[in-house]
Amino acid sequence: MAPTPRPTSPNIQIYRWQVQMVSSILHRATGIALAVGTLVVVCGLLKLAGGEDGFNGFRALLGTPVGMLLMLGWSWALFYHLCNGIRHLVQDGGAGYKIPQFVRSSWLSVIGSVVLTVIVWVYVLAAGGAA
Amino acid sequence: MSTKEVVVGDRRSPLKIARGLGSSHSGAHHWWVQRVTAAALVGLGIWFVILVLSLLGADFEAARARVAQPWNALLMVAFLVAMFWHAALGLQVVIEDYVHTRWKEVVALVAVYFLAFLGAFAAVLAVLRIALTP
Repeated sequence: MAPTPRPTSPNIQIYRWQVQMVSSILHRATGIALAVGTLVVVCGLLKLAGGEDGFNGFRALLGTPVGMLLMLGWSWALFYHLCNGIRHLVQDGGAGYKIPQFVRSSWLSVIGSVVLTVIVWVYVLAAGGAA
Repeated sequence: MSTKEVVVGDRRSPLKIARGLGSSHSGAHHWWVQRVTAAALVGLGIWFVILVLSLLGADFEAARARVAQPWNALLMVAFLVAMFWHAALGLQVVIEDYVHTRWKEVVALVAVYFLAFLGAFAAVLAVLRIALTP
């Protein structure tokens, strides 16, 4: 079956870079990443239900450098999607649609997500690591 | 929808206008559920992060006991349902936006919903087992 013909818009490399488009693209990208991350949540709960050896193996896997890096990425993705999601809910209510507000709230989502990620990981490392 | 909104040249039948379901055939239902699950996930997501952080130093027995506590088990099931529902709705939009060959689009959509239901059922069953097995 042939692709359905659709009107096409210029691709993103045409447009001048601005923070609003970054916040929009990141929302979708982090959403996809988090959808993949749901599998880790399921895996953790299944291991916790299954027995001690499996759970300790799962936990050891998360504690490896690659595991920690993935958890860092997923925690930032969660906080970004959370901050920007709240921003979108506010905008769905009809508020914050002036362009300066739009730019400011975009930056707020980006900066807020980094701040929350740093706070959580300072706590994790202070508590002695993920494993 | 009031009759005032019917513009000149509107080619929808009166029944179509009265139903107000548009080209999606389901009106704004998808949009609403995405927002309602999003609002739920603001609270449940923050709760989930705090729960995971509280499990950092815990061994297997302690972690299991914490998830088995009634409030934690309840909120975990709520979190899982909202999470998988919201994820499936979001991935649906991504697929509809970028997959322009109809059969591939349908296959991808069905696959996403199958996986979301399987993931949600598996995770909820695991929580029930943790909460109900002494």
